[in-house]
Amino acid sequence: MIYLKLFYEFFKTGLFAIGGGLATLPFLNQMAVKTGWFTETDIANMIAISESTPGPIGVNMATYAGYTTAGILGSIVATLGLVLPSLIIIIIISKILTKFKDNRNIKNVFYGLRPASTALIAAAGYSVFTKAVITLEKFIDTGNFIDIINLKALILGIILFFAMKKFKLHPICFIVISAIAGIILKF
Amino acid sequence: MKELLELFFIFAKIGGFTFGGGYAMLPILQKEIVEKRGWATDEELTDYYAIGQCTPGIIAINTATFIGYKFKGILGGIIATLAVVAPSVVIISIIAAFIQNFAHIIWVQQAFSGIRICVCVLILNAVVKLFEKSVIDKYTGGIFLAVFISNIFFEITPAVFIILAGICGMIIGEKKSHQAN
Repeated sequence: MIYLKLFYEFFKTGLFAIGGGLATLPFLNQMAVKTGWFTETDIANMIAISESTPGPIGVNMATYAGYTTAGILGSIVATLGLVLPSLIIIIIISKILTKFKDNRNIKNVFYGLRPASTALIAAAGYSVFTKAVITLEKFIDTGNFIDIINLKALILGIILFFAMKKFKLHPICFIVISAIAGIILKF
Repeated sequence: MKELLELFFIFAKIGGFTFGGGYAMLPILQKEIVEKRGWATDEELTDYYAIGQCTPGIIAINTATFIGYKFKGILGGIIATLAVVAPSVVIISIIAAFIQNFAHIIWVQQAFSGIRICVCVLILNAVVKLFEKSVIDKYTGGIFLAVFISNIFFEITPAVFIILAGICGMIIGEKKSHQAN
């Protein structure tokens, strides 16, 4: 029963992959070897696709594997398998938190957690930024100092920063504008 | 029923515009959930991210479940979660069925180079807001710096930082209440 197998394999991934979408990668590699539903090249391609489509890579991979092995129903089943563990665990945690939210110890824990969580988000932003703006490989390729920094990207970033301060548009507007700017200016 | 539909459409919209994983979702969550609707506060978002990083599953999904649950109980959690993955399922199915080498199409690459920069700036603004509410004294400032720097220089899973920070929070909180007495 292919649907059951898809569900089970992605359920396991959802249960044991802790952290962001990239945490699912080791599990996906293992699954590729074990089931033959997709190859490691497919995974590499899916990373590229995930960087160019909305949505977490884990979900994208589940959809892709499900679709190629068992069509549209397969993609739905695999994705449901992936999200179900989160859904159950987070609902349980939510219930516990609502019960103990006025507990002094829990409050203290969150007092420590919040700056750490903010720092992790900041660090994630920082790593996307360096990937987009600092092009060390190109510099090594050409030996031209100007190639260390992707100047076009940096300028777009600065313009966006001030545009967001001045115009209180929806974040989605800025995303669409940036996509168009990327195409027109040939990033 | 109307509220559940609203919940579904908001999270489908968020899922459809989250480029680059759970962190990229934060600016849109702040706009839609905190500013426009008041379903959660900035502090709560930070808490959800903290928990989402040390529990199984993908952060984007964990956060959606949290907010959906808080707004409308278990059914809300289920609906927000299904909604946030729905766009991915549709888009990837279409790509898998019809478009070969999607990621290699030149204008797709250009568009996403533009989007990546936008996402950086959006995250920066989102972080500034969270920073103001979570870094409130020298202790929390220290935790922020320690986690930020070690996360950039060492490959340690975020769960470790979250657990350590939680323990620090308990110890500092105890110490503070002793001083107060």
